[in-house]
Amino acid sequence: MAALLEQLAPSSSVRIGGLTRSFGERVVLDGVDLEIPPGQFVALLGHSGSGKSTLLRAIADLDHGASGSGELLAPERVSVVFQDSRLLPWRRVLDNVVLGARGKDDEGRNPVERGLAALAEVGLAGRERAWPSQLSGGEQQRAALARSLVWEPELLLADEPFGALDALTRIRMHTLLRELWERHRPSVLLVTHDVDEAVVLADRVLVLDGGRFSLDLTIGLDHPRSYRDPRLAEYREQLLSALGVDQDDNHPAKEATA
Amino acid sequence: MTDTVTGAVSGTLAPPAAVPGTPVRRSSAPPGTVVRHRTRRLAPGRRLPYSRLAGPLLLLLVWSLGSVTGVVDPRVLPAPWTVVHTGAHLWVSGTLRTDIATSLWRAAQGFAIGLTVGVVLALVAGLSRTGEALIDGTVQINRSVPTLGLIPLFILWLGIGETFKVAIIAIVVYIPIYLNLYSALAGIDTRYVQLSEVLRLSRWQFIRQVVIPGSLPGFFVGLRLGVTGSWLSLVVLEQINATNGLGYMMFQAQNYGQTDVIVLGLLIYGIFGFVSDSVVRLLERRVLAWRHSLSS
Repeated sequence: MAALLEQLAPSSSVRIGGLTRSFGERVVLDGVDLEIPPGQFVALLGHSGSGKSTLLRAIADLDHGASGSGELLAPERVSVVFQDSRLLPWRRVLDNVVLGARGKDDEGRNPVERGLAALAEVGLAGRERAWPSQLSGGEQQRAALARSLVWEPELLLADEPFGALDALTRIRMHTLLRELWERHRPSVLLVTHDVDEAVVLADRVLVLDGGRFSLDLTIGLDHPRSYRDPRLAEYREQLLSALGVDQDDNHPAKEATA
Repeated sequence: MTDTVTGAVSGTLAPPAAVPGTPVRRSSAPPGTVVRHRTRRLAPGRRLPYSRLAGPLLLLLVWSLGSVTGVVDPRVLPAPWTVVHTGAHLWVSGTLRTDIATSLWRAAQGFAIGLTVGVVLALVAGLSRTGEALIDGTVQINRSVPTLGLIPLFILWLGIGETFKVAIIAIVVYIPIYLNLYSALAGIDTRYVQLSEVLRLSRWQFIRQVVIPGSLPGFFVGLRLGVTGSWLSLVVLEQINATNGLGYMMFQAQNYGQTDVIVLGLLIYGIFGFVSDSVVRLLERRVLAWRHSLSS
């Protein structure tokens, strides 16, 4: 069924129409429409509680407790990266990376070969036999990225994947994520509340507010982008004002009016 | 643990005792002095080899000294060598060998049954809602009934032979194993459940690779309590209703005022408990190698 629909709509990787999700009385997503073309890198911004994670879970088919309606079309192969690395502490790094993977890929590599390649790609070659607790926070998140790569995803969903990392590690992870994207070209939906992260990484930034998109911004700058690029400031300003952050007095107008 | 940067001391109003180069205690350092704290190590240091034996050996030493100096009355507590001598005598010409064998066999049977029952019930209750509904409440009630209080009833049901003893030991063993394994299985981190859904694990893979390994720490807590429990109930059972075994040997010795035999029995129980606990610890360290905690 899903495969058939995909054939009918080959131009998009994710297609969402009138998606509604609510928990009890609270409506979290209020008729969201979204189309993500294959290979597009999209960042999703929003305040806490704006429904970012709910949208991501809906696409990942993880929202068992929610009720809702709407059309939702997602690719067959979807990988999710969480805010915590979510490595099983009782499995060594390689065993974590290949968890659940089975069968051979198009090049005839078995899961372990794919896992080794993915670990090498994220810079963790040689750490295959380590326990997760022996890795630093950044390394754990690299391993989580490697685990998502093993699935060769058409769509990568990332829920604030660098939120728990320190600023310098985060910048390094941004570069890595962008490199991996260049090489594998999945569609990416990156949930974040870091405006800088969104403008540096994404080709398109969506702002979610009150269960609907309040801004859909295309960022037409070439990669790699520098954090120092002055042209980013304009985009940043647009996004911040869409988020209700007034740059002059630096207090969120949103909070004052709400 | 604290030391003063001497340069700063000499530059301020240092008390006469604080000659540069002399360590200054923090309490005597004048205000404004730069005091550098070294980080205090909070985790205990490396474990010494065989350090777990140190306590028992110290106890043995104190006991020996007490006996040699005559502080300890041999009628109250015979000297260690008297106990060893009695042990050797009973081993060669008495019933000690069969008593030990009987006790070990009882404990082993009860433990094996208790372990099996505890694990099976915990798996059924922890992995299925139906099982949980049927089993968990029942075991919680069983748990609140003192097991040793069941002895009279079990004697009426099963007779005074081996069966009732093994049954009581099995009950004492299965309860902590069930409780700890069940709560570990039921309390599996929802984050890992979500991960398993994302990775499209089958139900069997989820149980095999996520739930069971994740509940092993809890299982080992129960296992250690179970091992201790098997010895504990053995002592009680053999002292009230037995015709052989270590407890019976001690019970008889009580009638004849043989303190040394009683102490010998206690020592053997102690050694059994210590050894079996060590075996479980060793197993735990092997199986839970991924855990890095204070005890590793």
